[in-house]
Amino acid sequence: MSLTEQQIERYSRHIILEQVGGTGQEKLLSSKVLIIGAGGLGAPAGLYLAAAGVGTIGIVDSDKVDLSNLQRQIIHHTNDVGVEKVKSAENKMRAINPDITIRTYQTRVNAENISDIIRQYDFVIDGTDNFPAKFLINDACYFNKVPFSHAGILRFHGQLITVLPGETTCYRCIFNSPPPANAVPSCSQAGVLGVLAGVIGSLQATEAIKYLLGIGDLLTNTLLTYDALTMDVRKVRLNRNANCPLCGENPQITELKDEKQVVCDLKNCKC
Amino acid sequence: MNLVVNGKETNITDGLTVSQLLVQENVKMPDMVSVELNGQILKRTKFEETTLKDDDKVEFIYFMGGGSVVN
Repeated sequence: MSLTEQQIERYSRHIILEQVGGTGQEKLLSSKVLIIGAGGLGAPAGLYLAAAGVGTIGIVDSDKVDLSNLQRQIIHHTNDVGVEKVKSAENKMRAINPDITIRTYQTRVNAENISDIIRQYDFVIDGTDNFPAKFLINDACYFNKVPFSHAGILRFHGQLITVLPGETTCYRCIFNSPPPANAVPSCSQAGVLGVLAGVIGSLQATEAIKYLLGIGDLLTNTLLTYDALTMDVRKVRLNRNANCPLCGENPQITELKDEKQVVCDLKNCKC
Repeated sequence: MNLVVNGKETNITDGLTVSQLLVQENVKMPDMVSVELNGQILKRTKFEETTLKDDDKVEFIYFMGGGSVVN
């Protein structure tokens, strides 16, 4: 693949970077990234990856845009309320960069469909907000050997880690299984600072680009935590866990299955 | 004795267990926390029986959702 004159101009600020160059930009254009969840985290990730010229971007979401999404899901605009999120996201990404291919999946990921989807991509961004989906993505990426970025946000806190399945610490190395019901509030119950989604989702996009280009140090075996109130950013070293039920020495999880959704109903919530 | 809890020097009573530290550090939802002790994730079943030692490095890692509900 060789860059056209328009592409050279569009991506000139990348191409001028020693670590990217024309070759790196061509690599991005021939790369495929899947974003699961076109919400708070997926919104900035989708916009930046489209702008960066990642050649094929897939977006998975079954939801429609709601008025309460707009405080943080910046890929969706006021006149998108009621529109399918994947469609709304696709429109904005195409508007930013008509140079790339967008594939939309208006569905929920589950144990049946996830492998067929993620297998087509070089890197996955987990932009979901519920634990069954997060564990499913972790497990599916492990079985299919697709690297991914995990992230979570709540109130004023965010965290992310990059997983190279079978090589580096996975989500189940840290958390064996989903938390018990009523233990963990969701954003809709506990609230979240809108801009936090922008910060963490953009960091996920950064990890995707670094992985695709093979540059820098990935957040592998390392959880980055961010506190927007104190502006504390920490990198917590997390080694692989020999007891991990998925990638440990004696794995108990040998096939994909759907975990049950646990939500905290506010009445019994301890939060 | 002194520990490092989430990167901060913390003075605690000798002989405290991980479970007791979670209480002392005001962790309201211990079910949503994984504990890493000196670089290794500690099994939840070991929280009660694990006594902390001087200079131990402890990390509380919280479950966090966020993003989009797709499931």
